[in-house]
Amino acid sequence: MVPVSYYLILSGILFSCGVIGFLIKRNIITIFICIELMLNGVNLSFVAFAAQWQHLSGQVFVFFVMVVAAAEATVGLAIIIAVFRTRETLNVDHVNLLKL
Amino acid sequence: MLSLPIFLVASVVKIVLVIFILLTAVAYTVWLERKVVGHMQNRWGPSRVGPFGLLQPLADGIKFLLKEDLTPPHVYRPLFIAAPMIAVICALTSISVIPFGTAIPVAGHIIPLQITDLNIGLLLILGVTSIGVYGVALAGWSSNNKYSLLGGLRASAQMVSYEICLGLSLVGVLIVSGSFSLQQIVESQRGYFWGFIPKWNIFYGCQFVAFFIYLMAAYAETNRIPFDLPEAETELVAGYHTEYSAMKFAMFFMAEYANMITVACLATILFLGGGNGPLFGPPVLRLILPTFYFVAKVFVFLFTYIWVRGTLPRFRYDQLMAFGWKFLFPLAIANLVVTALVVAYRS
Amino acid sequence: MLHLVLFLVFGAICVAGAINLLVQSHPISSALSLVVVMASLAVEYLLLGAEFVAAVQVIVYAGAVMVLFVFVIMLLNAGVEERTKGSQVALILGIPGVLAGGLLVAWVLIERTGTATVGLGALPGFPKTIGNLLFHDFLLPFEITSVLVLIAIMGAVVLASRPEPKNPEKES
Repeated sequence: MVPVSYYLILSGILFSCGVIGFLIKRNIITIFICIELMLNGVNLSFVAFAAQWQHLSGQVFVFFVMVVAAAEATVGLAIIIAVFRTRETLNVDHVNLLKL
Repeated sequence: MLSLPIFLVASVVKIVLVIFILLTAVAYTVWLERKVVGHMQNRWGPSRVGPFGLLQPLADGIKFLLKEDLTPPHVYRPLFIAAPMIAVICALTSISVIPFGTAIPVAGHIIPLQITDLNIGLLLILGVTSIGVYGVALAGWSSNNKYSLLGGLRASAQMVSYEICLGLSLVGVLIVSGSFSLQQIVESQRGYFWGFIPKWNIFYGCQFVAFFIYLMAAYAETNRIPFDLPEAETELVAGYHTEYSAMKFAMFFMAEYANMITVACLATILFLGGGNGPLFGPPVLRLILPTFYFVAKVFVFLFTYIWVRGTLPRFRYDQLMAFGWKFLFPLAIANLVVTALVVAYRS
Repeated sequence: MLHLVLFLVFGAICVAGAINLLVQSHPISSALSLVVVMASLAVEYLLLGAEFVAAVQVIVYAGAVMVLFVFVIMLLNAGVEERTKGSQVALILGIPGVLAGGLLVAWVLIERTGTATVGLGALPGFPKTIGNLLFHDFLLPFEITSVLVLIAIMGAVVLASRPEPKNPEKES
């Protein structure tokens, strides 16, 4: 028997690591990876609460989060490829002019 | 139900036995392929080492062990070493949910001939296949070689595309059987209809379209002819395993043939009834016969694999992707819709 | 007891993967650390009984979405990233700030959940029951997310396609 708060602490640690990575990293792909890490932390919270309150909707909602994360990753990576073709850099600090 | 110590001992024995048999089967599948393709091309195949060349795999194994394991200078070493390991681990893990026959009584306990019967056994195999894509992609990238990179990207794009068709063809079987557990899928195909035709999913469950899709998707997943452009010698030197030598190349080789065997085992379980077949004779024979039928069906599959390899030319890459997305995918969805309608109408 | 041990082991692997993601400078190492985090999260879901969710996490998230990330990293040949002035400031201000925020949220959650515990396999999530919920109670979100995925596919194809080469003007 594990207290629910342990699962929430783990979820919180993963989410905080995602936010820290989002702030300190400068490569656009790594920033996207940190967004996925945040979404995974949230998924763990959903499943833990579903187990605590014995309500399966928590597990069903994880599916929707995964689908939205997949759609967002697809479009985001397509944008990155398009940006890379013109600016030829993946560092966000260098993509600072509206028109080259 | 077995008690915990008996379960652990039985599991360890089963794991050791299955891995030993799988690795021997891989070695002798290579021998079978060389012999069959050789005879199709009007030559002998391996015939010098031992009678009928039966000791050729032993000679190949010794060669792989003793060859120089060369690591080119500018590779990304952690991934270069990890990629063949990922491929082999995924190839060997998916065999753990395959039921090889009925449960046999040993020393008073009934032990199922399956390492573990998961509720979601079919999903485990799909998941492990998805992870296997990393072995190919990382091998191509870490080799620091443009042929390897192109071959790795092409192979992983092909595997990801055909995984979708593979999964959809399996959903038809799921709807007919009603469970993800492989043991229950085999159980649901027991018996006969119209007197003598067995109740296999391909006949009674009408999944012949799904069987065709599964066959095509399996050939593409294991990178075999006619879908083996990513590792064709005339195209990309050797694709993603160009820079690998000796033991690491042997691991990729083993992983490819182990994947072939797993795919063949899965096809017999899902479409051809697993170990089901006419039982006769004394009780001892009745326990061994399902395993014998299973092995015979898997052998028919492997022979078809090798037969197709010796016969067909390979697809060009754009033809391959067009075939997967524009033909197989709509066909798989149509099969799913028709199966769901028929099952809903019947019940 | 077994539940606590398994939870701690795989929780430690999750956190180690997340910290490795932050520390590594090459994007491919970060992507593979995320795959490790996702795999150990799948085990955590299994511990809570969510077997179908764990399988889908491995098949879809770790096996398809992350493969897409690895593809793009390989295609664009992203190298090791460089340190700029902005990232130094973010390091000094960002990490303590996020940690303080995280501690506050954690304290509030622990106060609210009290001593509630969950057992091993607390809420079994069989595919059949989840399918029932998904196609009966959650039908509208299901249909909307399918439309969303369709729009994302079309958008990605348009964004990532190469622009058509302009025909050279013919001198007449």
